[in-house]
Amino acid sequence: MIKFIISVFSSSNYWFIVLRSTAPILLVTLGAVITEQAGIKNMALEGSMLWAALTGVIVSAATGNVWAGFIAGIAAAVVIALILGLFALKLDANAVLCGVALNLFSTGGTVFVLFSLTGDKGISSSLASKTLPFIKIPFVENIPWVGKIFSGQNIIVWISVLAVVVIHIMLNKARVGVRIRAVGENLEAAKSAGISPNRIKFLTLAVSGVLAGMAGCFLSMGYTSNFTSGISAGRGYVANAAQVVAGGTAVGAIFASLIFGLTDAMATYLQNIGLPPELIQALPYVVTILGFVVITLIRDRKELIRKKKLFEKDRAKPLASGLGA
Amino acid sequence: MKRKFFSDRDKLEPALITIFAGVFSVLVGVGLIFIVSKDPVQSVRNFLLGPLLRTYNFYYLLIAMVPITFTGLALCIIYQLKYTSLIVDSSFYSGAIVATAIGINVSLPPGLHPAIAMLAAGLVGGLISLLPAILKIKWRANELVSSLMFNYVFYFIGSFVILYYLRDRNQTILASMPFQKSFSLPKLVENTQLHAGFIIAAVFVVLVSIFLFRTRWGYEIRITGANPKFAAYAGIPVATVALYAHFVSGFIGGIGGAVEMSGLYRAFIWQMNPSYAWDGVIVAMLARKNPKFVPLSALFLAYLRVGADFMSRRGDVAFEFITLLQGLIILILASDKIANYFKERRLKRAALSHDLAAQASSAGGQS
Repeated sequence: MIKFIISVFSSSNYWFIVLRSTAPILLVTLGAVITEQAGIKNMALEGSMLWAALTGVIVSAATGNVWAGFIAGIAAAVVIALILGLFALKLDANAVLCGVALNLFSTGGTVFVLFSLTGDKGISSSLASKTLPFIKIPFVENIPWVGKIFSGQNIIVWISVLAVVVIHIMLNKARVGVRIRAVGENLEAAKSAGISPNRIKFLTLAVSGVLAGMAGCFLSMGYTSNFTSGISAGRGYVANAAQVVAGGTAVGAIFASLIFGLTDAMATYLQNIGLPPELIQALPYVVTILGFVVITLIRDRKELIRKKKLFEKDRAKPLASGLGA
Repeated sequence: MKRKFFSDRDKLEPALITIFAGVFSVLVGVGLIFIVSKDPVQSVRNFLLGPLLRTYNFYYLLIAMVPITFTGLALCIIYQLKYTSLIVDSSFYSGAIVATAIGINVSLPPGLHPAIAMLAAGLVGGLISLLPAILKIKWRANELVSSLMFNYVFYFIGSFVILYYLRDRNQTILASMPFQKSFSLPKLVENTQLHAGFIIAAVFVVLVSIFLFRTRWGYEIRITGANPKFAAYAGIPVATVALYAHFVSGFIGGIGGAVEMSGLYRAFIWQMNPSYAWDGVIVAMLARKNPKFVPLSALFLAYLRVGADFMSRRGDVAFEFITLLQGLIILILASDKIANYFKERRLKRAALSHDLAAQASSAGGQS
């Protein structure tokens, strides 16, 4: 077993797959992080990804231009996120239930549209859709082990890295980040400071839509070259779990989605040595649950210690002032 | 009783909104058919009247009500508690797997055989249902997110069990070994598929209604759901209540899975998870969390599904458009602003007329 694990970890192909399967999760997790920071749970990420994946394929096949498909896919994902906002923020609906409803709407809707256009319910192979470019990096591709990992990845893998930087800056360095966190942490305080909570929430929803849209387009135009029904395979839900593991930061999102990426890639290898594929497919989700539980556990412990310290300080204070007097 | 219902606007208006959501989604469905179908009139006719056009379809409608009644009831309990866990999907699926194992491997007299299978499936379903609740209570992990993860896990475990322990290797498609004869539930009507599970589902509607509205446990669940802090102050063990509510809910889900297996099939032949929990969401919401109305909303949903199935077999519209409509219905029903539209308008009017009356009376007093 140890020999097997070493052989997997030393294979450049493994790390290539890790990057490839982490990228879409990373993008949606960033989306979940940013809306959660503004205090709204976007459960509709799954639906956003599905519509993006389908729209990307259809538009790229119709126009013959992959970037037109990419943009259209993102737009579709944003629309879903904004519908969630419309119902959750304007019509006072339970955001979680709305997300569930939109995902149902999307799983059924995408298959319905696919069937109406192509006559096939399962796969869009009859559409001549394009794929997003794969990037060969000069010089790097010639480095023996490293080159095989980093060169030849889809452009979305690099965009996902860029997205981490952008979201990190947005949350921590820009003024809008302060507003987002203000709205998420204390709605009333934010209101009295003249921030419109709904505007901020809509903004974060739109951003999460863009991120989920890119992830969705990647799935159907890079990761694979077709749309298949249910192509997002619960990644939108995983993102909502990974968001907790990420602890509300963009950098945390890297680790959270790597947990999924590492096990997902490992699953492919474990399958090759004859372990039952069904159990292996369950592995990424098990690991996500575990990560989810462990992190909440650690966070609660930290919170407890912090509160204890505060309490002790409070108790120490009157004593200290008493001594001073 | 009837007159009271129609004069009580707090009860009448939500019912109207619910009906509106149903009618609206059907209209959207009809609109969609007109967009995509080459023969829209025939398709719409098949969709709207399909369940009544053939006797076979009518029985199919009754059978289709059974599983979604079980998941709907299970979710009524969860929603009364104001949780959003969807773990009943796992309970139902695993219940079906457990029942399959017992149906194949255990020999018991007829009657007792499915009963034991249901009990075992219920227990497993109930225990599974506890998982997200425990995570929520102990570590405040969002129960919807964790239940969705668990649903994947239990689905894969279930198909593993079928593939490696229960599979019939002589079949080309994925199917378990055939059930023993004693495992099958009796049929209610000769030469149809309508099975005794329909009666069991009806019994459970009554049982869950009594449980939620006539017992201390149900009362505690409803109080905890309405206001957990108040419940805790009143001395209700909130965590325990959440746990047994989840157990009962999962128990019902598990039994649903077992009933489906022993009533409808001769072997386990699901190629993928039928995911009746998602239908349960809409059944429970249409019933406004009240088990009494579950049969009615299950009938409505089953009607739509059977109609859509009939239409898609005979035309060019994909069956999946029904899932799209289900999403729409939930969206409308989940929106408090829409749900309270009439009430708000009434309150505003009352407040306004109250103001006017007060002005008039104060003016009168001065003169």
